[in-house]
Amino acid sequence: MTDRAFAVVRAGALTSVQDRGRPGHAHLGVPRSGALDEPARDLANRLVGNPSGAAVLETTLNGCAVRPRCAVTVAVTGAPCRVTVDGRPAAWGAPVRVAAGAVLDVGSAADGVRSYLAFAGGIACEPVLGSRSTDLLSGLGPAPLTHGTVLPLGPVAGPPVYADAVPWQGPPRELVLRAGPGPRTDWFTARALRTLATAVYRVSPTGNRIGLRTEGPPLERAVDGELPSEGMVLGAVQVPPDGRPVVFLADHPTTGGYPVIAVVRERDLAAAAQAAPGTPIRFVLTGRH
Amino acid sequence: MSTMRVLPAGDRALLVELGSGEEAEAFHAELLRRRAQGTLPAVREIVPAARTVLLDGLDDPARFAKGLADWEIPPLVPGAGSTVELPVRYDGPDLAAVAELWGVPAGEVGRIHAKTLFRVAFCGFAPGFGYLTGLAERYAVPRRSTPRTAVPAGAVALADAYTGVYPRSSPGGWQLIGSTDAVLWDHARVPAALLTPGTRVRFVPEEG
Repeated sequence: MTDRAFAVVRAGALTSVQDRGRPGHAHLGVPRSGALDEPARDLANRLVGNPSGAAVLETTLNGCAVRPRCAVTVAVTGAPCRVTVDGRPAAWGAPVRVAAGAVLDVGSAADGVRSYLAFAGGIACEPVLGSRSTDLLSGLGPAPLTHGTVLPLGPVAGPPVYADAVPWQGPPRELVLRAGPGPRTDWFTARALRTLATAVYRVSPTGNRIGLRTEGPPLERAVDGELPSEGMVLGAVQVPPDGRPVVFLADHPTTGGYPVIAVVRERDLAAAAQAAPGTPIRFVLTGRH
Repeated sequence: MSTMRVLPAGDRALLVELGSGEEAEAFHAELLRRRAQGTLPAVREIVPAARTVLLDGLDDPARFAKGLADWEIPPLVPGAGSTVELPVRYDGPDLAAVAELWGVPAGEVGRIHAKTLFRVAFCGFAPGFGYLTGLAERYAVPRRSTPRTAVPAGAVALADAYTGVYPRSSPGGWQLIGSTDAVLWDHARVPAALLTPGTRVRFVPEEG
C-alpha cells in the first residue's frame, strides 16, 4: 500500500482534525472552530514544510497512534510527550521520517493538554465551508478520530525544516488571562469585578473545545433576568447562572444568552488550551471596567 | 435610532445594541448595504441577534464606534429582500398546546401561522437555524418545561414570538407545530443555509 493516507491505530481520548477553522460564517450559526493552540499548529506545519494553516491532528491528554500507508515526514508539537516509531523513541518538536506501515505513537502529554501532529502534505479530507476542522459543537467537519479511521494526505508542499531548537513556552504553571471589558460588565456588581480580578480560579476538568470552565468563587449579578440572545466572540468570559466564569474557545456557540463580563485577549488563549485541570487562573483586567 | 448603544467586546469587536428587534434588523440591513457598496471597513463577522449586531474582527473598533454616531439608518422596507417559501404540514405534537396558549381552535394555528410573512432576524443555536420574526407578540409561547432529547430535522417550532425550523435532528425545547421537507442546511450547497439573516419566509401548507 503506497496511497497517501494514514490509519488510526489508537484514537486517544479526543483527537480531531484542525486547521484555521471557518471564521466568517458566524451569522449562519457556524462556530469558528480550528486548532486551540495556534502557534503549536503553525510550528508543526512549518517543521514538515506545510503552509502554517494546513490541517493537523489535535490530541487531548493521552495522544494517539497512527499507521501511515506511505513514507511521510511528521512533526509533533504542543504538549510535550514521548514520540515513538514502531516502539523506538523519536524526536518531539522536530521532523521525523516515518516509513510506510510503521506505527507512529504520540504519547500522553507529560505537561500541558494538547499535542499537534502534522504530516507533510497536510490532512486532505473534504473541506466544509473552506475548513477541514472538526467542530464539536455543531458536528461540521470530520468526526473525531476512532480506531480504524483512515484519513487522506495531500501532496507535499515543500521540504521539512530542520531546526536545532524550536521555541516552546511550556504549559502555564499559572494561567494569566488578560481581559478587556465585556459588553455586559454592567450586569455585575462591583464586588463581582473585584472577585474576578483578585480571586484564584482553577481550570475545571469539565472544560472542552467549546469553553474553558473554571472553579472558584461565583460572580454576583447586579441585573437579574434574561439577556436576549446576542453574538459571542472568541475569548468571551460568559457567566452562567452558577456564577463560575467560562472562557469561550474555538468551538463556542455563535450566540448566547448569558452575560459576558470580560473578553480575554486572543493571544492568551493558546496558553488556555494547554492549561491542565487544576491549573490556577488569574484574570488581569485591562481597560475601563 | 436614538437608542443605539455601542458596547465593548474585546480588542477587535463591538456589540451594537439597538432599542428593538426591528431596529437591530434595520441596522443589520444597513451594514450589509454598506459592505456591498464597499464603504464598510474590513470586518470578519457581522452577527445579528435579538436586539444587537456584533461586529467582530475590526481593525479599529474605537474609530468605527465614533463614526457610527453619524449614521442614518433607514427603517426596514416591508417585503424587501428575497422570499423563500417553505412547504409545511401543521402536524406537530405541540399543536394542541399552542392552540390553547393562543386561545384558538387547533385548526386555526396553521392558518394564522401560514398567513404571516416572516423574516429571518438572525441565526444561531445550530448551522442554518434561523430565528424568524413576524408573529405578533400576543402569539409568544414559552419553551417546553422539559426539552425533547431529539427533535426531528424539518420540525417547525415556536418559542417566544419566534419561529424556527430545525436543520437537523437535535435536542430542543421549542414547541413543535409542524414539519417541512425543505433542506435547511446542506454544506455541499452554495449557499449552505437556506435561511440567512434578512431573508423573507412564507410557510405554504401542503395540500391534502
